[in-house]
Amino acid sequence: MAEYQNLFTRVQVEAPHYPGVPHDPKGVWSRGVKASANYWLGKIGDAQIGPFYLGSTGVISIICFIIAFEIVGLNMLASVNWNPLQFIKQLPWLALEPAAPQYGLRLPPLQHGGWHLMAGFFLTVSVLLWWVRTYMLARKLRMGTHTAWAFASAIWLFLVLGFIRPVLMGSWSEAVPYGIFAHLDWTAAFSLRYGNLLYNPFHALSIVFLYGSVLLFAMHAGTIMAVSRYGGEREVEQVLDRGTASERAALFWRWTMGFNATMESVHRWAWWFAVLCTLTGGIGILLTGTAVDNWYLWAVKHGVAPSYPATFDVLPDPALNSGGAQ
Amino acid sequence: MAMLNFERKYRIRGGTLVGGDLFDFWVGAFYVGFFGITAAFFALLGTALLVYGAAIGPTWNLWQISIAPPDLSYGLGLAPLHEGGIWQLVTICAVGAFVSWMLREVEICRKLGMGFHVPVAFGSAILAYVTLQVIRPLLLGAWGHAFPYGIYSHLDWVSNVAYQYLHFHYNPAHMVAVTFFFTTVLALALHGSLVLSALNPAKGEVVKGAEHENTFFRDNIGYSIGTLGIHRFGLLLAINAGVWSAICIVISGPFWTRSWTDWWAWWLNLPIWN
Repeated sequence: MAEYQNLFTRVQVEAPHYPGVPHDPKGVWSRGVKASANYWLGKIGDAQIGPFYLGSTGVISIICFIIAFEIVGLNMLASVNWNPLQFIKQLPWLALEPAAPQYGLRLPPLQHGGWHLMAGFFLTVSVLLWWVRTYMLARKLRMGTHTAWAFASAIWLFLVLGFIRPVLMGSWSEAVPYGIFAHLDWTAAFSLRYGNLLYNPFHALSIVFLYGSVLLFAMHAGTIMAVSRYGGEREVEQVLDRGTASERAALFWRWTMGFNATMESVHRWAWWFAVLCTLTGGIGILLTGTAVDNWYLWAVKHGVAPSYPATFDVLPDPALNSGGAQ
Repeated sequence: MAMLNFERKYRIRGGTLVGGDLFDFWVGAFYVGFFGITAAFFALLGTALLVYGAAIGPTWNLWQISIAPPDLSYGLGLAPLHEGGIWQLVTICAVGAFVSWMLREVEICRKLGMGFHVPVAFGSAILAYVTLQVIRPLLLGAWGHAFPYGIYSHLDWVSNVAYQYLHFHYNPAHMVAVTFFFTTVLALALHGSLVLSALNPAKGEVVKGAEHENTFFRDNIGYSIGTLGIHRFGLLLAINAGVWSAICIVISGPFWTRSWTDWWAWWLNLPIWN
């Protein structure tokens, strides 16, 4: 029975590294020739590491990422007076915060949000160039561009949080700070400020697709591992020429829940669930503060949440007289 | 008969854990088995109890129907039906149905000569549920600590419990769980995309295989985990998401009662800083 389970790769073949399929058309940059192998990596997946392809967009993207990373890191280091020990000690609490609300959408001084804006700029350039790279690589290998479009859905959420929503709100102060605990604090404060984000229906949808994606991957990955003794992991071959692995995988779910995906359609389910997670999440963030000021009151108004008796006296909304972004 | 054209040769006897041949049959597309009977029993009874609870409750608004656990004053005792007893019976039915479903999956795996990866993965989801609804309330001494069955009411429970620990995001196990959730979605997106992009190239192009898939990932990020490896990795990620969810809630209350922000004081108090 243990032979069925296939938990780890038990036999590893040592062979020359696979150089990869040539690019078509061949660009200015050629792929690296160096590759190595790692035995412990081979226990889980492929042992081969590399060869890596740099490319123009890749190089600029990496440089931009390093610049953004350095801006954040050096600002954190400056905030502890350039003390390396304090930097490590306080690292989880350190942050590069966005500009204060009074700067609106103007360029703030470097020390008061300018660095944050610059880090965001370079990070955004880096991410967008990586998208171009992903798209171009698919084209050069004559494959579909599905990875790039799924990536675009994640970039949408990233841009909503750091750029689109701050612009619509009229203030860079709305952006997320860079920092470990700082971005968690931002999340909690954001939810409290707008009347509990759990009442935001797009937040709910996003979580449905988050949990749904995990469920789907558990189901799909589990199924493929369970039929790996029949070669089930050779999915493309199974789509084009159905074998007993596909048949057993399909029947498992048909007998379990009365319905089955096919070897191809399960990947369409996977793609949409993952894409919709960040797509709906971005919509939920975009509507918060721009279209809806309090999700709890919104939910009560539309009859979905019950109206709870007031526990405390009604307090004036501090956002209405703080001069901050509204 | 709802049978696929290749299905008949797979419909053979055997593989059952309980009941021998007695329940070894299909109804339509569904395999039954002993655990199919118990799953149906628990699912139908549990659903009926939820509907009954809704009927004696204040609203038929689907969003607001809530079947709440007993008040904390009942501790770990049985509560009257209308004061949390329904919740207790529903929870028994839910655990019964989930475990039945998992064991039914085991029987189907045995029948089809498959590994047990799917029921094991489902086990981690059941673990998270049982931890929330049974283990943690047991450790805290009252069923009232479990969450209510209702669309908005369970969200309120999440908010309230999270703020009891001031800032739940600082819970280290919660951090790990969230990381596993996000990473699973990322890996799922990458895997689904890659297979679709190999199978659906531009018009006029031939379908691509694993060589192209591996090359795409090695070019792009320097490593391709491979067709088998991605499923092993995805399964590990997804199972860990469930397991760490269970850990992060069971330590909240039974093992840590203060703000999760305070928990990190140990880091600041390490002797190496002096």
